[in-house]
Amino acid sequence: MAGRLSDVPRLDPDAMLGDLGVRIIVCCGSGGVGKTTTSAALALRAAEQGRKVVVLTIDPARRLAQSMGLTELDNLPRRVAGVDHSRGGTLDAMMLDMKRTFDEIVESHADPVKSGQILGNPFYQALSSSFAGTQEYMAMEKLGQLHAEALRSGRWDLIIVDTPPSRSALDFLDAPDRLASFLDGRLIRLLLAPAKGPIRLFSAGMTVVTNTVAKVLGGQMLRDLQTFVAAIDTLFGGFRARADKTYQVLKDSQTAFLVVASPDSDALREAAFFVERLAADGMPLAGLLLNRVATSAASSISAKAALAGAEKLDADNVLTSALLRLHAERLARVSRERALRRRFAAAHPAVPTATVAALATDVHDLGSLREIGELMAA
Amino acid sequence: MSDSASDQQGVRLHIVTGKGGTGKTTVSAAMALALAYGGKRVLLCEVEGRQGIASLFDVAPLPYEERRVAVGSDGGEVLALAIDVEAALLEYLDMFYRLGRAGKALDRFGVIDFATTVAPGVRDVLLTGKVFEATRRLDDGVPTYDAVVLDAPPTGRIGHFLNVNTEVAGIAKVGPIKSQASSIMRLLESDRTRVHICSTLEEMPVQETLDAISQLGEIGLTVGTVIVNMARPSELSAEDLAAVTNDELDVALVAAGLKEAGINADEAAVAGLVLVGRQHAERVGLEAEQRSLLEASARAVVSLSYIAEGIDLGGLYDLAEDLRESGEF
Repeated sequence: MAGRLSDVPRLDPDAMLGDLGVRIIVCCGSGGVGKTTTSAALALRAAEQGRKVVVLTIDPARRLAQSMGLTELDNLPRRVAGVDHSRGGTLDAMMLDMKRTFDEIVESHADPVKSGQILGNPFYQALSSSFAGTQEYMAMEKLGQLHAEALRSGRWDLIIVDTPPSRSALDFLDAPDRLASFLDGRLIRLLLAPAKGPIRLFSAGMTVVTNTVAKVLGGQMLRDLQTFVAAIDTLFGGFRARADKTYQVLKDSQTAFLVVASPDSDALREAAFFVERLAADGMPLAGLLLNRVATSAASSISAKAALAGAEKLDADNVLTSALLRLHAERLARVSRERALRRRFAAAHPAVPTATVAALATDVHDLGSLREIGELMAA
Repeated sequence: MSDSASDQQGVRLHIVTGKGGTGKTTVSAAMALALAYGGKRVLLCEVEGRQGIASLFDVAPLPYEERRVAVGSDGGEVLALAIDVEAALLEYLDMFYRLGRAGKALDRFGVIDFATTVAPGVRDVLLTGKVFEATRRLDDGVPTYDAVVLDAPPTGRIGHFLNVNTEVAGIAKVGPIKSQASSIMRLLESDRTRVHICSTLEEMPVQETLDAISQLGEIGLTVGTVIVNMARPSELSAEDLAAVTNDELDVALVAAGLKEAGINADEAAVAGLVLVGRQHAERVGLEAEQRSLLEASARAVVSLSYIAEGIDLGGLYDLAEDLRESGEF
């Protein structure tokens, strides 16, 4: 029968981390499934197994960030203290500052006067701080930079990337292209056109457009817009080319995508979309990592027996009755999760899967990251 | 929280935010149902294109149109609207500038796309603008809706989203967008609007809730109720919780209980049950810690029942009942 959990191939995280041919691991999945924790736990484990690792996190919980020494937002990788270096590995970590990453691209591609104009423009400020997709784009950009530095200096042999906490896991793949095509878009080209030559073809429509924009938004806004567009003109080709280049790196066999999910229907649905999309784009999938999987510690007692027993004991042994109820509830959760996992496995039987048992407490020190690593590999 | 019930008198617009995954949409829907009690007419809006309301009420995806999604036995009703930013812009242009055809031309040139994605704050002005319009809409001089509930963006973006005035100030110092933003801001700042924050009793959602409380306060908005979702009551008594945490649980009592209940359990099974109890106690402890953080900062904290099986329409009515009983809605 399709979708039996015992038939699901096992994902071996240690084999992935130990494969020197794997130089980039991308952890993706929908928001709230524990991607950041997974990235950090994998990075720590790889470093303690001898890899020279840098982990790029996007939006870590405060205490997790602190545990990795990420107290400063300076957009630079920092050495993580407290890592076991006995096997020759190292761990660097950084938190993505998307605005700063964007500013740096502008500064490195335009002369000081022009970059000053761009950085001060309200449209640029909106684009670099709140455009849906900028975070994904900048995560990819940063990945490209780290990859180039790894090749150049040999400082790292493994880059682990956490992806932004989007609603959809697909955003990570789609957003950079959306931003690039936006910057490459028709309106922008039209607004640039006066400086660039004949636009007679569009001029009637264009007048409607500029008049309307001026009417609704005011003339100042239109002027700002034109300044912005003219100023970032020089960057256009660059944006597109860089996005394409990073995309190629992601398709390469040195990359492994790890889809992270929690065992609930929304997260698994997103995971399924993502798995299908990776296959369609020819991107290398390492497997599915399921976080916070419920386990039962007293599996010899069935849920039915536990509930019947709890009822019987309600009056005179409330302790045992409460424990039995908790146990029955846990078993119900285990079986709900198994049903969801079977459904996923039926549609995607070849996806190797690893599970991480749920911990009772939050993860915010290297010790518990290590514990997560152990659970992954168990 | 003494006069909380009367606080809600006259509140017309209820904005619900919270960290992603805390059940914002569920809480918004339950709130709309609660407010519809007593024959009231309530509009429930979403702005993020997720069609969360449709899937919650088990109806087809919502168009840009107010549709009835639930009725109460007492004649109350909940209508829902998925606000689409592009449709809102075209509607706005048409309403204020009679730009039916030109609107389409704008679309062809990518202006709609531009205005709704990158023009700073324009997107949010359009989304909140539609909510503003619905809140103030009159039918024969009577408000169309007794209340409007907005399933708003998550805590990470709520400050930007609601601070429409400042957001557009960079691009429009005068003009129609600016005056629209100012009218919206007046409603948001008034005592007819409350921002409610949804949280679970976990570290990150609570931290984000506390951050949002201070952020919203700074921009002059009134935080209403913090709604604790998915918190489960402790199964164990305080004594047993302490005992299991200190590893002093009466294991013999558990073994005897199992025997009495006719459950054949070996030592491992008993130890397994005790472990389940210890994990439960750890969670209860963490939750209590997080709850006291919320109570120290929030004007009012309301807890919703824990629904183990996941939320269906029946569960939604149960949550609505919880909200009503709190006296806050």
